[in-house]
Amino acid sequence: MNRILSFVFASATTIGLAFNASASDFITLASTTSTENSGLFSGILPQFTSATGIQVRVVAVGTGQAFEIARRGDADSLLVHDTSGEQRFIENGFASERVDVMYNDFVLIGPADDPANVSAANSAADAFAAIADARAPFASRGDDSGTNRAELRFWKNAGIEPVGRWYRELGSGMGPTLNTAAAMDAYVISDRATWVAFKNRQNLTLLFEGDEVLFNQYGSLLLSEQKHPHLKHDLAKQWHNWLISEAGRQAIANFKVNGQQLFFPNAK
Amino acid sequence: MENNNALYVALSLVLNLDATLYQIVILSLQVSLLAVLVAAVIGFPLGAAVALWRFPGRGGAIIALNAMMGLPPVVAGLTVYMLLSRAGPLGEWGLLFTPSAMVIAQVVLVLPILAALSRQKVEELLGEYQEQFISLNMSRSRMMPTLLWDARFALLTILLAGFGRASAEVGAVMMVGGNIEGVTRVMTTAIVLETSKGDLPLALGLGIVLLTLVMLVNAGAYVVGELTKRRMG
Repeated sequence: MNRILSFVFASATTIGLAFNASASDFITLASTTSTENSGLFSGILPQFTSATGIQVRVVAVGTGQAFEIARRGDADSLLVHDTSGEQRFIENGFASERVDVMYNDFVLIGPADDPANVSAANSAADAFAAIADARAPFASRGDDSGTNRAELRFWKNAGIEPVGRWYRELGSGMGPTLNTAAAMDAYVISDRATWVAFKNRQNLTLLFEGDEVLFNQYGSLLLSEQKHPHLKHDLAKQWHNWLISEAGRQAIANFKVNGQQLFFPNAK
Repeated sequence: MENNNALYVALSLVLNLDATLYQIVILSLQVSLLAVLVAAVIGFPLGAAVALWRFPGRGGAIIALNAMMGLPPVVAGLTVYMLLSRAGPLGEWGLLFTPSAMVIAQVVLVLPILAALSRQKVEELLGEYQEQFISLNMSRSRMMPTLLWDARFALLTILLAGFGRASAEVGAVMMVGGNIEGVTRVMTTAIVLETSKGDLPLALGLGIVLLTLVMLVNAGAYVVGELTKRRMG
């Protein structure tokens, strides 16, 4: 019995020790699935790490959940895309500073035969109205993410309240929503980065783009030192400043998928 | 077309000794094996104790243990998340989004399986041994190691059931680990990520690798069990 116990403890310690092998400076960054799924972080993080020695551990979730993680003090830094939500976050005292980092845009995806004829639309509002008129299936994230919040704004701009069997709230991330839309030939709104990197397109194609209301701004936030003194504010500040520095902007602009630039740095 | 075949992807992942995959596999094994070990150290004596002792509320305890076997991983994950979050009671430990948090969540999932199933096995054995124990005038705390030792082959199978639960679940480790590349990304969360990128062949390929891994662990346990049995005659 004792032999067994000592074996158990010996293996437990061995396995446990292995966890601590990579102890170095790091911050935890709460960010969105669009930045992770497109591969942006694998593109730019090595450059930040080699410049500063700081590792960035990315927890990629919807924007709503990213705010929640930061609000509870579980992340050192926040990079999301919901400008009005970000401003509210500052007003509520959870963050001290916000900067524009980069933008990409939303694109309207749908089945190639385009039953609602959105590719002929003149504006995003027209395109959304056409989908509602045709009662064509539309796959909504329905998960309070930045993309979901933007989509609800687009319906509002078109003067439409999206209800009915054609409007399907999936409660999933961008990737799963695209997978589902591909399977049911539905229209769907996606950030361009996730769409370009997405592989399971089946019959889906890009149908409408370019209206400036589809602009998708990403912001970086410095979290409140008062609310969460335990966070690594110094390291987080280096990351925040690097994103808007010349080197950071170069790294973002140089990140390409299939030769296409996906994020456009616009720090002021 | 060949490149889109999941089996082909799985094979080339393994044959190329892909460094990222290797690291993910090792972490998956570390987390799940450690969780099963910890759960066994607590769960087997707990199961045996419930089998041996009579106490008020014992029926309720057995029902609770059995019911907890069906605990949804995402509920276990959410509970551990709330506990380990900085805003939670154990936030000071700073364990959220680390492999340790994933181990804790999996212990919560595996412990009821080990305790409930070992309770049943030990109780069966106790029925067989009761008369001998009485004739030897053995105390209950002395019976426990004897019963657990004699049940060891059944316990090995129970251990494997626990390992299966731990290595297959995704809801809990996703929530408390955060699926951080190189830190808390394991096989199941990597499969979810590749699925969400729409890279279904790679996701399925990773699934095949995971299945193979679980099969190897089971084969190892089977061989050890058989060899021990044979040696004991």
